[in-house]
Amino acid sequence: MASNPMTQFNVHRIGPEIKIGTFDISFTNASLFMIISSLAILLIFNLGSKKNSLIPNKIQLLAELSYTFVSKMISDTAGSKAKPYFAFIFSLFMFVLFCNMFGMIPYTFTVTSHIIVTFILASFIFIGVTVIGFIKHGFGYLKLFVPSGVPAVLLPLIVVIEIISYLSRPISLSVRLFANMMAGHTMMKVFGGFVISLGIVGGWLPLSFSVALTGLEILVAFLQAYVFAILTCIYLNDALNLHH
Amino acid sequence: MIKKIYFQSIFFSFLFSLEAFATESGGMPQLNPEFWISQIFWLTLTFGILYIILSKLILPKISKNLESRKSQILENIEAAEKQRENSEEKLKEYEEIVLKNKLEAKNIFNQAREKALKDINAKKEVLDKQIDDEIIKAEQEIKVLQNGAAEKINKIAIETSSELIQKLIGTEVNNSSISAIVDDLSKRNGDKYYGN
Repeated sequence: MASNPMTQFNVHRIGPEIKIGTFDISFTNASLFMIISSLAILLIFNLGSKKNSLIPNKIQLLAELSYTFVSKMISDTAGSKAKPYFAFIFSLFMFVLFCNMFGMIPYTFTVTSHIIVTFILASFIFIGVTVIGFIKHGFGYLKLFVPSGVPAVLLPLIVVIEIISYLSRPISLSVRLFANMMAGHTMMKVFGGFVISLGIVGGWLPLSFSVALTGLEILVAFLQAYVFAILTCIYLNDALNLHH
Repeated sequence: MIKKIYFQSIFFSFLFSLEAFATESGGMPQLNPEFWISQIFWLTLTFGILYIILSKLILPKISKNLESRKSQILENIEAAEKQRENSEEKLKEYEEIVLKNKLEAKNIFNQAREKALKDINAKKEVLDKQIDDEIIKAEQEIKVLQNGAAEKINKIAIETSSELIQKLIGTEVNNSSISAIVDDLSKRNGDKYYGN
C-alpha cells in the first residue's frame, strides 16, 4: 500500500549485500542520503572558501555566514574554551541540517528520522562530553550532580534526579530529533494521501494544508538541527565550565 | 487554532499509522534492527570523513578568509581615517590661503580707491579752477556785451524813433532831445528790459 505513511522510512539495500563477519553493512538508501548530504556540505563549503574576495559572492557569503552563525552560537553558550570543538559542532549542525533538509524533497529518505542514527550521534556526544568533563576536572566533575545552595535534607533526592537527568541526555537528544522528523514527515504523507483520496473536489483543503506544512517542516528541520547543536554546546559548557 | 489542527493531525496520523501497522506487520521501520549496523557503519564513515575534511581543509580556510577580510577592512578604515585627516589639513590650509588673499585683495582695493580718489580730487581742483576762470572771463565778456548792448539799443531806439517821428509829422526832430527821452526811459525801465 503506497499511501502507508510509514513506508517512507523503510530502509532498503542498494546494490549487493556487504558483510563483515556477521555484521551486515550493506549500502542502503540511508547511506546514500548520508553521503549526498555530506557531499552537498563539502561542495558548498569548498566553493564558499575557494576564493577569498573582499566582497564575497553568494556562496562565499553563505559559507561565511554559517561559519559566524555557528561560532557565535558556541561562544554564546559555551564560552571561549569550546573553541577546539568548533569543527565538530559545525559538522554536526551542518550534517543534521542537510539531512533534515534533504528529507524535505519528495521521494527522498530522511536520515535523521531514524532513531538509531540520532541515538548514535547523541551517545557519541554524551560520551565525548563526559570524557572531556572528567579530563578537565577529574573526579571534581561529579560535583555537577551536587548543585550548590541545596538544603542537606534534599540533597540525596536532588543528586538522584540530577544523575537521572544527566543519563537521560542522549535519549532526550536523540528522541527529540527523531520524533520531530518522523512526525512531520508522517503528517505530510497523511495529508498527501488525503489529497489523493478526496480527489479534485475536496482535495484542495488538505493540499493547502500540505503546502503550509511544508513551510512548517522546513522551519522544524532547521530548528531541530539548531536545537541539536545548541544542546551539544550546553552539555559541552557543563563539561568545560563547571558551574554548579 | 493552528496548534489544535496540528495536534489533531498528529493524532490522525497515528491512527493512520496504527492502521498501517495492523495491516502490515512491519511496524515502525525505525525499530527494525535489520539495518542498524549498516546505518551505524555508514554514519560513522560519512560523518567521520565530513568532520575530517571540514576541520582540516575547509574551516581553516574560511576562518583565514574572515580574518584577512577583517584585517583588510581595518587597514582600509585606518587609511581612510588618515586620508580624511590629510584632507582636513589641506582644507584648513586652503581656507587660510583664501583668507590671506582676501585680506590682500581688500588692501589692494583700498589702496587703489584712495589713489583714485586722490587723482580725482586733484583733477577736480584743476578743473574747478579752469571752470571758475572761464566763468569769470565769460561774465566779464557778458558784462562788456551788456554794457555795449544798452548803448546800442538806445542808439537804435533814437534812430528809429527820429525816423518814425519824421515820417509821422514830416519835420526833422532834433536828435539830442530824443536821446534825452530815450535815456530817461531806459534808465527808468532798464531793469525791466535788460533783466539786470
